[in-house]
Amino acid sequence: MSDSEAAAEGDTTLDTADLPFRVMPAVTVDNEHFWTGGEHGELRILRCQACGYWIHPPAPICPQCLGKDVVPEATSGRATVLTWTINRQPWYPDLDPPYVVAIVELPEQSGLRLTTNIVELDPEDIDFGLEVRVTFLEYPDSGGSVWLPMFSPVNHV
Amino acid sequence: MSDRGSGGIRLGEREAVISGVGQSEIGRRIYRDPLGLTIDATLAAVEHAGLKLSDIDGISTYPGNINQPPGFSGVGVVELQDALRLDLNWFCGGMELPGQLGAVANAIAAVSTGLANHVLCFRTVWEASAQGDKGRASVTMGGGGDAFRAHGFLQWTLPFGAPSAAIWIAMMANLHFHKYGTTREQLAWIALNSRRNAEVNPNAIYRQPMTHAEYMDVRMISDPLCLYDCDIPADGSTAILVSRADSSDDLAREPVQVQAVGTALRGRPSWDQFDDLTTMALRDAAAMMWERTDLNPSDVHIAELYDGFSFIALSWLEALGFCGEGEGGAFIEGAERISRESCGVPGSVALNTHGGQLSAGRLHGFGFMHEACTQLWGEAGERQCLQGDGSLPEVAVAAAGGGPLASTFLLTSG
Repeated sequence: MSDSEAAAEGDTTLDTADLPFRVMPAVTVDNEHFWTGGEHGELRILRCQACGYWIHPPAPICPQCLGKDVVPEATSGRATVLTWTINRQPWYPDLDPPYVVAIVELPEQSGLRLTTNIVELDPEDIDFGLEVRVTFLEYPDSGGSVWLPMFSPVNHV
Repeated sequence: MSDRGSGGIRLGEREAVISGVGQSEIGRRIYRDPLGLTIDATLAAVEHAGLKLSDIDGISTYPGNINQPPGFSGVGVVELQDALRLDLNWFCGGMELPGQLGAVANAIAAVSTGLANHVLCFRTVWEASAQGDKGRASVTMGGGGDAFRAHGFLQWTLPFGAPSAAIWIAMMANLHFHKYGTTREQLAWIALNSRRNAEVNPNAIYRQPMTHAEYMDVRMISDPLCLYDCDIPADGSTAILVSRADSSDDLAREPVQVQAVGTALRGRPSWDQFDDLTTMALRDAAAMMWERTDLNPSDVHIAELYDGFSFIALSWLEALGFCGEGEGGAFIEGAERISRESCGVPGSVALNTHGGQLSAGRLHGFGFMHEACTQLWGEAGERQCLQGDGSLPEVAVAAAGGGPLASTFLLTSG
């Protein structure tokens, strides 16, 4: 079983009841693979079909080989916590602190990173190098749902 | 002709000078029209330089007339030009620049190419009044309601409850702590040094003494940054007059010379994709500045370095070579090497002598240029730095920006 299959099965979607307000991304043809891949349990990133380089944020050209055949592909859904903070400031009315904001790096490519939330752990247990896997939080939006890719520990912390 | 550096680089910035500076009233919630604040700063700078309004033939500003987040600007080139009926040969306003002082870099380029003779550069904020008594959350990006959707870089952070640079910088600081062993106990000295300087700056916002214990005990915002690591929203306008070096005969005082400018961005322009998240674009801006001069960090007496968050000032100290990479924590500890008294002392540099944005208010970058020039002119009053022999400081750095936005300027007294 591949990692993406593993990510696609089981508990890849968080409970969406009583969602607090979050700002939604403007979904366009250029980024919808990223924001809606969670419907299929997949963390999708653009990839150059000529040289295999992953491109994020999305752009219509590969910076490595200048190839223009770039297509969304599913990643493994795995990541490592590169750095993090426990946010303790209330920024939005219902989004209650503390919560963990982190930059995670995907194993597919050095420097391929996302800013995200680390969930399903006590914020005080967050640490550098923590192995995490994607879990999607579905948010209904006027143009259709958005699936926010968040990450939870691979192993119980 | 302009000087040439090693490798034949044309050092056009040496054809530009800073001829005057001015500021409006500065404060918290003074509820004044941002255009009125800008006019006050402009008139003050023009008078300070000994020029007439009719001498001004250029305007440069950051970020233009936008107001997201609320109070961020509210006045651009055209409002100022029209209010004062200025005749302009050149102007520029916008925010896609190497930091807030990128507007000054543009002005330097304009006078060096002869497109203008005297460029009025300004930055106006009224973020304190915009917040009013409704608190920080009232001005959170995207917090206004359902219609807002995040575009560009913000789409990668806002949905994750990370709408503030406090969070983005906290992650950089935490990585620095992890990689180099930097501590909150050390980082405190950026804020404490600034407060000590603000005590003797009548225009600073917070002037009461702060103790190390008070810093350690205050509430956390986003680990490892606490409230005192974040600058203070303020109202005020700062104007910087950039003039052609060969027009300096008309001026009220010997102008400040521009030795070198650094505006580089050599990594990815993103708060999370940049190769080294402990430093980012200020590393590149600093490197470029030193590529354009024979001076080096040990020649610098005064460093006015952006401290929108304390960690950024620490990162600038490292990037500019006042200490080694990763050594910033030890360098600032106890503040002996960054105090006003350290001006001209080998291995030291007087840092944020007006109190920085942490204590003097978030004038957003331009306050550092204002203070660097004020110190070089010997006009800083009670907070004036002097070298050991009693002479005025002669070499200063003014730098602003953090994350993917940064520019830095090496300035010398005439």
